[in-house]
Amino acid sequence: MAENARIPITDAGRGRSRSMSPQRWGALIGGGALAIYGITRRSPLGIALAAGGGTVALLATNRKPTPESLASATILINCRPEEVYRFWRDFENLPRFMNHLETVSKLDDRRSRWVALGPGGKPIRWDAEIINERENEHISWHSLPDSDLQVDGRVDFRPAPAGRGTLIDVRIEYSPSLGTGNALANFLNKGANFAMRQDLRRLEAMMEAGEVPTIEGQSHGRRDFITGVMRVADPTRPLSPRSNLIETFAARRRLA
Amino acid sequence: MKAVCYMGVEKMSVETVPDPAILNPRDAIVKISSTCICGSDLHLYDGFIPTMEQGDIVGHEFMGEVVEVGAGLKPDKLKVGDRVVVPFTIACGNCFFCKKQLWSLCNNSNPNYWIAEEMMGFSPSGLFGYTHMMGGYAGGQAQYARVPFADVGPIKVPEGIPDEKAIFLSDIFPTGYFGAVMADIEPGDTVAIWGCGPVAQFSIRSCFMLGAERVIAIDRFDYRLRMAQAGGAETINYEEVDDIVQTLKDMTGNIGPDRCIDAVGMEAHDHGLMYMMDRAKQMARIEMDRPVVLRQAIQACRKGGTVSVPGVYAGFIDKIPMGAFMNKGLTMRAGQTHMMRYMKPLLDKVEKGEFDPSFVISHRVPLDRAPEMYKIFRDKKENCTKVVLDPWADGARAA
Repeated sequence: MAENARIPITDAGRGRSRSMSPQRWGALIGGGALAIYGITRRSPLGIALAAGGGTVALLATNRKPTPESLASATILINCRPEEVYRFWRDFENLPRFMNHLETVSKLDDRRSRWVALGPGGKPIRWDAEIINERENEHISWHSLPDSDLQVDGRVDFRPAPAGRGTLIDVRIEYSPSLGTGNALANFLNKGANFAMRQDLRRLEAMMEAGEVPTIEGQSHGRRDFITGVMRVADPTRPLSPRSNLIETFAARRRLA
Repeated sequence: MKAVCYMGVEKMSVETVPDPAILNPRDAIVKISSTCICGSDLHLYDGFIPTMEQGDIVGHEFMGEVVEVGAGLKPDKLKVGDRVVVPFTIACGNCFFCKKQLWSLCNNSNPNYWIAEEMMGFSPSGLFGYTHMMGGYAGGQAQYARVPFADVGPIKVPEGIPDEKAIFLSDIFPTGYFGAVMADIEPGDTVAIWGCGPVAQFSIRSCFMLGAERVIAIDRFDYRLRMAQAGGAETINYEEVDDIVQTLKDMTGNIGPDRCIDAVGMEAHDHGLMYMMDRAKQMARIEMDRPVVLRQAIQACRKGGTVSVPGVYAGFIDKIPMGAFMNKGLTMRAGQTHMMRYMKPLLDKVEKGEFDPSFVISHRVPLDRAPEMYKIFRDKKENCTKVVLDPWADGARAA
């Protein structure tokens, strides 16, 4: 279910305030409604919805503030370390598999400008600098002063045994500065490791298969309302201001 | 184009939907000449497999002509005009699993990997026309389909072979064969096969190909048992015996069948209290599958024997006799078929005239009649064994 909506929703309430934020109220009411709808729908999907909705509602009422966020994940990719190292070292490639990144542009060989998408598609920017690298083995970087948030990242590449490819370990730590960083921290904290795993799965597909599998844009028959909601709630989908819900209903209108 | 869409439990509907488009470089679009309803589609129809969505195009057994190819496909692999059978599993060809010929476990073909990961720890490959957990790819009960990684799966079919002899290479012939392969048959073995549906029919014949001495097929429909007998099997109508395990012992000199194949899966039928409980639990969604056959197979199997499970299971099952399984030293093997291993050799058999898979067909109808055929197939009416749909035939009622 999806990055767009679900992550902000389930992460609602992770901010510093202890009072109920609008997001939290939204999650409570939305989750509750979903649960009730699910119960009335006598199907496995209904049960899943009820459980999911109930969980969302519960979480909304019970979250502790967590100001920092560490995302870490590991993956085995069937390619040589130098191939994936070369791909990663060109940071402009990262948005091709890291869904929360909008763009990365090179400023010079070691410095780059990053734009990420926060909840609601709000852009969050920072400049980063490579602080250490060993060819085909390691890259680490951190954000420069005057960024929207503080970032420390590192990635390690190791050959896997018996020619199984390359083991990749990634750790990225985000410390939100005041203001814009908070919303992103909400997103990153909940889904951080999960989102990173999905990113690395996309990287694996790109390195091994040359493309990322997708069903985005394929044909289908009439969707119902709840399916539209489910589509938006897909946490593996990129955070984007273009809501998939709108897309779903546009398609529905075309077919109707 | 016309496509059969899942619109809710027991609701399949032929809808007019947009034609598919190339979405990735290694995609191809196939104009479908023949497509079938599979027994595993009935699990979707009955609503027992989670993550279906209204509007999903179903169907995973199809063949046809390539009408468009993506920029990433080399002409020596696949080009416009090729006549192909498309396997129901989707594989990238380059991951750890594909390289090990474990095609149905491809790591890169399920865009919804994470859903399956939550339920099963890891995701198998994407499938056509199945649940969103299995990728949510639009299926082949339609006039056209988009085929991802089209340089890996589809196999070219020579012009001389008619659709009805080639179509089952898309799933049930290799799947039946895989069921027999997984049973690790040794010369002289007796194999018991639960179910006499289309996959089982191919399993029966494959067991003999692989050296089995006897095959005992179990079902409750006479017309299916007769088809099994035609393939050389001895048969048991389980509704006519009190104790299937004892019957199998009696038929094998009290040693039990060496190999047992569950070609039924999650919606098995039986009589007795245990079955009623499974049925009730499945209706209430407390238990996702009815593992009647698995229990019987584990009990009946010869000590040290093999239980092969080509039948589809979706989730969690209750009261599996693990004590029997462990203490009898059994082996269990299961899986979606590693299609690309078997399609070519089985096509060769068809091409040489050694085997004609078309014997399972009971119905040939236009695609428009798919919704009613789901019900007929599910309820085993009209001696239904296998329905082949023509996506381009006139929708008017035809025999």
